[in-house]
Amino acid sequence: MNTVSSLLDAAWHERYRKISALNIRSSIYDVTNRCNLRCKGCFFFSSNEHEAAIEETDPAKWRAFVRQEKERGVNLAILIGGEPTLQFDRIEAFYQVMPTFCATNGQIKVPRDRFPDMMVGISLWGNEEDEKVLRGRDTFAVSSKHYEGDPNAYYLYTITPKQVGRMEPVIRKISDVGLKVHLQLLTNDEQVDGFFWTDEKLRDVRVEMDAMLDAYPRTVISSKYYHEIITTGKMLGRPFGWNECPSVTEQLDDRKPQPKRLIRFVRWASDLRTVHRCCTSATRNCATCKDGAAHMSWVMVNKRAHLKSTRDLQNWIEVYEMFAKLYRFIPW
Amino acid sequence: MSACVDQEALIRRIAEIIIFELKLENMTPEAFAPDLDLVDELGVDSMDMATVVLVLQDEYGVAIDEDDYPKLGSIRKIADYIRQNLENK
Ligand code: SF4
Ligand code: SF4
Repeated sequence: MNTVSSLLDAAWHERYRKISALNIRSSIYDVTNRCNLRCKGCFFFSSNEHEAAIEETDPAKWRAFVRQEKERGVNLAILIGGEPTLQFDRIEAFYQVMPTFCATNGQIKVPRDRFPDMMVGISLWGNEEDEKVLRGRDTFAVSSKHYEGDPNAYYLYTITPKQVGRMEPVIRKISDVGLKVHLQLLTNDEQVDGFFWTDEKLRDVRVEMDAMLDAYPRTVISSKYYHEIITTGKMLGRPFGWNECPSVTEQLDDRKPQPKRLIRFVRWASDLRTVHRCCTSATRNCATCKDGAAHMSWVMVNKRAHLKSTRDLQNWIEVYEMFAKLYRFIPW
Repeated sequence: MSACVDQEALIRRIAEIIIFELKLENMTPEAFAPDLDLVDELGVDSMDMATVVLVLQDEYGVAIDEDDYPKLGSIRKIADYIRQNLENK
């Protein structure tokens, strides 16, 4: 039977050692139901999750809630919304207690005197043209000014089918402002015309994502195995979907048999009581879900399945490293 | 269950349980090194451990708290943990 030592040489073993000591327990928090944009295809609004709960507005209750979460074993808070930067006091409740990641559209700057090293993920949905169609404005023009050269910020580039063949200028402009980028795919929850994936487009986008990683290795935080998984929806021959998804809220997870999953993972609504089914919209079809974090976590929780060969284990290490970099557990 | 559990038999039985519950291929209880690091070398995670622990609890009548999983890093460590628990009963 294969063991880690029998599969890895000294250099890979050292990389493995660095990440295997990490015991990341993340949960996701809707910080607010409001947003200063209204993007077409935003799962939060299209599935009415912004109306699922009434926001808790008492800062003391947020602070108490975060303490409870820490006691529950959570050591990574992933803040989403709505737009978290509309509520800095709530972000601070997390930031003071545990490693915190804040997703944002970048239109309001996270003040670095208040949150010096909080990792910020800025959403970007393509080039100027696509951004205007899907989000009503060129968000990059503003976000790039707010975060230029920031070592604790990166772009979360959601690639749409229309971006295939046109990614390079987007990556280049991110590189030019001294930021990193992580790649993910649009799921098109709102069925926007012209933004559907076809098998051919998925094949093409995989080739292009690989090429971008080769051309911009210091800018693109990604891995080719992740590209394979997210574009094919398959890992080691197994199809992604409800029966395999690791990012299901623990108390709502009644799947039998229980797949490998994120331990203690919960996605909380902004009333601090309601929970959502998973890291994205409950109305989304799991069979076509392209959620990047869920696919990454799918690989990460299946370590033993990747002990079949050296290449499989190296793939697993690369995906784990990518996740650990994106959430500041290891340096870029 | 007697507190005087034979250490070798215990180690072998734990190896059998792990192989069966985690469906480890190409592994026999005889070949399973008692000091092999289950987490770092075999990729055993806390879900795997919970599966194994359920069987161990039933078979040996001991309670194993989730907070103690880090103490169960090898077959020998699991055996020691069980022996200690039985002796303290
Ligand atoms: S910025 Fe984010 S939360 Fe706001 S509408 Fe767009 S996708 Fe939704
Ligand atoms: S929609 Fe995606 S993230 Fe949510 S449960 Fe389904 S597969 Fe998982």
